[in-house]
Amino acid sequence: MALQITAQCVNCWACYDVCPNDAIYEDKPHFLIDDAKCTECLGDHADPQCAAICPIECAIIDELGEALNPPGSLTGIPLEKLAELAAQGLVTTELP
Amino acid sequence: MDLPVISNAPVAAEGGGCASSGCGSAPDALAHLPDEIRAKVQDHPCYSEDAHHYFARMHVAVAPACNIQCNYCNRKYDCSNESRPGVVSELLTPDQALKKIKAVAAEIPQMTVLGIAGPGDPLANPGRTFETFRMLSEQTPDIKLCVSTNGLNLPQYADEIAKHNIDHVTITINCVDPEIGAKIYPWIYWNNKRIRGVEGARILIEQQQKGLEALTSRGILVKVNSVLIPGVNDEHLKEVSKIVKAKGAFLHNVMPLIAEAEHGTYYGLMAQRGPTDEELQALQDECAGDMSMMRHCRQCRADAVGLLGEDRGDEFTMDKIDVMDVDYEAAMVRRKAVHDDIINKLESERAAKAAKVPVHLSIAADTRPVLMAVAGKNGVVAEHFGHAREFLIYEASPEGVRFISHRKTELYCAGLDTCGDGGVAAEDEPESVLERNIRTLSGCEVVLCSKIGFEPWGMLEAAGIQPNGEHAMEPIEDAVMAVYKEMYDAGKLAVPGQARQVA
Repeated sequence: MALQITAQCVNCWACYDVCPNDAIYEDKPHFLIDDAKCTECLGDHADPQCAAICPIECAIIDELGEALNPPGSLTGIPLEKLAELAAQGLVTTELP
Repeated sequence: MDLPVISNAPVAAEGGGCASSGCGSAPDALAHLPDEIRAKVQDHPCYSEDAHHYFARMHVAVAPACNIQCNYCNRKYDCSNESRPGVVSELLTPDQALKKIKAVAAEIPQMTVLGIAGPGDPLANPGRTFETFRMLSEQTPDIKLCVSTNGLNLPQYADEIAKHNIDHVTITINCVDPEIGAKIYPWIYWNNKRIRGVEGARILIEQQQKGLEALTSRGILVKVNSVLIPGVNDEHLKEVSKIVKAKGAFLHNVMPLIAEAEHGTYYGLMAQRGPTDEELQALQDECAGDMSMMRHCRQCRADAVGLLGEDRGDEFTMDKIDVMDVDYEAAMVRRKAVHDDIINKLESERAAKAAKVPVHLSIAADTRPVLMAVAGKNGVVAEHFGHAREFLIYEASPEGVRFISHRKTELYCAGLDTCGDGGVAAEDEPESVLERNIRTLSGCEVVLCSKIGFEPWGMLEAAGIQPNGEHAMEPIEDAVMAVYKEMYDAGKLAVPGQARQVA
């Protein structure tokens, strides 16, 4: 049971500082989670800390590939608007 | 220690008297400050209009993480809170930052101020931020330290800030009402949870206010920045201003929202507009009262290096710094000499200003004020109209000359013999660059520059703006007052200005 960081990651270090298991490490092109150390914060916190602070939608996913912060969940931009913006090439977020 | 509260009331110069230092041809923007605070800020490029022509600042990008989301910021690029959108070229470790700061300080001895401003929130990166400050306090004692923050973690770090001899802190406070806050901040990270909406905004506001009080009670200077978001917090900022000044902030700096769709911010994508120059100025006048100290603010990037308005960051990338060998002890001696020279120069300028009989005293007190745009550099009217990348806006009135703002323009003249097609709109554009630039100057009645071409001259006149190239290389404030006096003597100020209603 472990979370993963996707290519959406912007290397802002926020998750690195708050992980209770020191499971996150710097790598190129972006940070990664050591799946041997990640517990999804079970026993430490109600919410996985990396996903609770991450500012980027779809950057943290679970084992099933589901985004913990799906499109629109952090910015509050409605999905229809996101689709419209994606068509104009203004956003790159993958839509569900 | 209690810091004095600064009110919106004009400095006492009524009753025929004249505040000793507030009475040059340009009212000294710092005159209203108590001596102790003035001594701290008068050589600081961000706080002193005089000083920013000579002293330089730098930011180091050691603080990437953030603990809140602002609707004007997109973490995919950078934070526009205290830094303009655009990628921070290089994130630095505290050790790299120290090396870069020493290299810049040795190379640009005018650099007196080091700030940590992001690209995230410095206090959401306490380890990296305070490690940098700790090394700097020990190794570069001749550099003033500043930090800016969204305030969420401020109460818990107030003591740590006091320890590192950081004498200026900037808090970005956009609201004191959680309902308004919810429209600016979609979420915060607090006590190991992401907290959204009104509740998140309520906690953030509470922490900002507590942090502000914690700093002022420790004698640390606090500036408050606010981003003006039309239709969201514009009216509300007047209340914010009263509250933060009552709690001891020595300065309230209102900055315009920067929001373009291509920045990918919530506001940019949702087509929230920024304020017009006139809206910004009206609110700055309301919130700052007589304090025009921050009108030259350039909303620097989190890794800016050099004088305000310039960025020499490219000269100090890590690969270049790695091969520099800096003897900081020797550099400090050189720096001291350069600082003393500048301070002497500033002091003699200030003294000369105070000794002159001010021109404005010969203008009737009920004469209307006039806005003028100046193509200036280093405090003098220095630029060709077509070469100016920005115009400095000054207001002349019977009380003197005050700096209002800077307005950016597009470069239309490439320095060729003719000005090319600058005056002609491309087929697919409704306006030419020159037309857009002239629109940027709306509200102004005069443009001062060192030289100007025939074509823009005619277009400016047609727009009701008088071009003037007669004061090349003169100090800006003297030139502005001289033109104002000419207009007054010619009887032009008896009639309302064409452009004035929008100002």
